[in-house]
Amino acid sequence: MLVDALAVDEDEVTLNASLVRDLGAESIDFLDIVFKLEQAFGFKIQQGELFPENVAQDPKYVQAGKVTSDGIAALKARLPHVDFSTWEKDPSLNKVAELFTVDTIVRFVEKKLG
Amino acid sequence: MWIDRVVELVASQKLVAIKNVSLAEEHLQDHFGADGARGLGACPVMPACFIIEGMAQTGGILVGHAEGFRLNVVLAKISRVELLRDAIPGDTLRYTATIERMDAMGATVKGTIDLIRHGDDHRASIASGTPAGWQPVGTVEMMFSHLDNNMGAGGQAGRDFPSGNFVFGESFQTLLRSSGY
Repeated sequence: MLVDALAVDEDEVTLNASLVRDLGAESIDFLDIVFKLEQAFGFKIQQGELFPENVAQDPKYVQAGKVTSDGIAALKARLPHVDFSTWEKDPSLNKVAELFTVDTIVRFVEKKLG
Repeated sequence: MWIDRVVELVASQKLVAIKNVSLAEEHLQDHFGADGARGLGACPVMPACFIIEGMAQTGGILVGHAEGFRLNVVLAKISRVELLRDAIPGDTLRYTATIERMDAMGATVKGTIDLIRHGDDHRASIASGTPAGWQPVGTVEMMFSHLDNNMGAGGQAGRDFPSGNFVFGESFQTLLRSSGY
């Protein structure tokens, strides 16, 4: 599915590969991935359920390019499938996208399927 | 515009459009012009990028129509293209766009393209009484973004865009009107 959505080779899709940094995903690709997951697994994904949204615009959540502790708490609550442990030591907003790896998607799907 | 007429429209589901490829189109003089040095005559072939553009316009109108042309719809991604046959002057191309999935953010659209080669069609109908009919050209998988919901004021990037709809301008309105929609 990721080979299709991101036009990458199968051997590039490893669990630790970052969607943005390693596999070259752009914003529209995230929507594509959501659509393809829904099609493949037959579940519905709400806006903001797999990938975050409406965090960057909220001054309560982001200050001077860093995500605040309120922001981190909100992200963790909304996105339980994401591993924030390394990132939260230096929670830069522009590094949020790098948190999303192939493993993140696998965990998301596993949670959805129960 | 890279389509001439809309021939079928089922709201939020399917749109079919046709384009007649004409030798009067200037780019066909160069694609491909005669090459005297190599002893090659002119070989006008519709560039594949324009076939894809026609398919994208067909899909874009379908997605725009579904929201009453209130939102700016832009082609965001071409996921896959397969074109098996060239289109040449005198051919009629048919673009069929179907919506696979659509939500507030955007839509995925499947496009299929076929053509009638009128000479072959005519001769076949003389010879056997059965026209050759539509022949498959290929498929295009596309994604469209509802730009206003993704990047407009208050959107993810917080960028400002011109007010009003700047995607579906006069040429789209004219096309739909002249097609009877």
